Amino acid sequence: MSEVLVLVDHANGTVRKTTAELLTIARRLGEPSAVFVGDGFDAAKETLAKFGAEKVYRVESADVTDYLVAPQAEVLAQLVADKSPAAVLIPSNSAGKEIAARLAVKTDSGLITDAVDVQAGEGGGVSTTQSVFAGSYTVKASVTKGTPIVTVKPNSAAPEEAAGAAADEVVDVTISDAAKGAKITESKAKEASGRPELTEAAIVVSGGRGTGGDFGPVEAFADSLGAAVGASRAAVDAGWYPHTSQVGQTGKQVSPQLYVAAGISGAIQHRAGMQTSKTIIAVNKDEEAPIFELVDFGVVGDLFQVLPQATEAVKAAKG
Amino acid sequence: MNIVVCVKYVPDAQSDRTFNESDNTTDRVGVDGLLSELDEYAVEEALKLVEAGEGEVTVVTIGPDEAADALKKALQMGADKAVHVKDDAIHGSDAIATSLVLAEAVKKAAGGTPELVLTGMASTDGTMSVVPAMLAERLGLPQVTFASELTVDGQQVTIRRDGDAASETIVATLPALVSVTDQINEPRYPSFKGIMAAKKKPVEEWSLADLGVDASQVGLDAAWTKVESFTKRPPREQGQIVTDEGDGGTKLAEFLTAQKFV
Repeated sequence: MSEVLVLVDHANGTVRKTTAELLTIARRLGEPSAVFVGDGFDAAKETLAKFGAEKVYRVESADVTDYLVAPQAEVLAQLVADKSPAAVLIPSNSAGKEIAARLAVKTDSGLITDAVDVQAGEGGGVSTTQSVFAGSYTVKASVTKGTPIVTVKPNSAAPEEAAGAAADEVVDVTISDAAKGAKITESKAKEASGRPELTEAAIVVSGGRGTGGDFGPVEAFADSLGAAVGASRAAVDAGWYPHTSQVGQTGKQVSPQLYVAAGISGAIQHRAGMQTSKTIIAVNKDEEAPIFELVDFGVVGDLFQVLPQATEAVKAAKG
Repeated sequence: MNIVVCVKYVPDAQSDRTFNESDNTTDRVGVDGLLSELDEYAVEEALKLVEAGEGEVTVVTIGPDEAADALKKALQMGADKAVHVKDDAIHGSDAIATSLVLAEAVKKAAGGTPELVLTGMASTDGTMSVVPAMLAERLGLPQVTFASELTVDGQQVTIRRDGDAASETIVATLPALVSVTDQINEPRYPSFKGIMAAKKKPVEEWSLADLGVDASQVGLDAAWTKVESFTKRPPREQGQIVTDEGDGGTKLAEFLTAQKFV
């Protein structure tokens, strides 16, 4: 069976949930081989084996980790040439999409981004599903040339365990000088919020203009549900919440089991980031707010009254 | 410094965007279009850089006749000249082919390798965010993407990028390609003077032949990916709406419990 390359998304060996999802998807297409770039392989190995990686190609060169995406694209291009995989699966985050873009050009291969489902195609290849035009259309697509390169969004598959050998093989790569053109000179780690990652969370609670800058009730409600916290562009532009938490066209696209919009009117740009969520709840003072068109449950009221009451009720129900 | 800004003409996100029934491509003609909002930030940043020093700003687009509107907007904002690549053979091109045509157009517009190429962070229609990286690959340039701050000092370009885990400073040497986010600036509105001046600014129209690109390398038939089908998502049905009469939060919690979220 052909190999399927999965680029591992990790922080010093702590593997993100998306990688387990990608390995699960890879098993539909062939035999998963993880590609691990950076330090911390020993910590990652167990997770990679648990989700079915038969092989792990390791790259630890500082030539790769200190620079932006171009060296990682060179690593993958070399593996594509050596191993002739059936497909390459890459996490659909900003770095992943750029790696995929360069890889597609290098290997003369078709690229699909932001897939929400990937299946083996009839007669070989892959068949992907994407959600487009702010979630108003669903598109099915296939790759018709080269090695299918697909970036896959978080929550596109439920991770399923399957024992793999995770036999590691250190890959020697020569990185071109051209790929070292952009160097990371400083990196200031963000303070951890202790909440789930926005794009991976099962529940997201977002606040908008209606918070007036006070995200206290939004955060408290999110914490009662174990949810991530998001923000509308209006709240971000006002400086009330960081841009990395922005949900919408120019921020994160989320598709959780439950999305709660508090004090958000629901402009098209915001809807583009959340309308594929399974269940949607809104709390807004304005009964005419367009967000109410999308909701499964809506409360016309003041979020400063409604959310604290709901928070207490949720806490009481959880005991 | 001479800067080339790549821009895209996209269907207005406020209108009903759709596909062409015949070939599953994005309908760019039947709906109102405009300069992709996210490209305005790249135009603005180019103008600021040139205004602080010297040089000129060239905007480049690929698209049907209507795409001239996107160039007009950029010229009205203050860009010096524009290039419109149009050719019937381009219709249906994927990102790979688009980057090929764009790379040739950028080189021709700059008379060689440009010093700085600026783009937006994504288009508002395809939203793939991959063309900047592909273009950098084809031009052999370092790419510095998603800049929320950009400074150019001599031959060195420095950007700040706000990622999920960290805020990074990234340095590259010119020539380079930089994509900018909507956090980088506040794009100007065209002034009356700018609108009048734009009418006299040169807009060149180039075909594939002008760029030395073979028509067989672009278009729907040459695409390396294929849209097999498109389906309109059924509109969400509005669920239960309650007005808070002192018990809205309790009702909300009851809904969550009933739906097994609690």
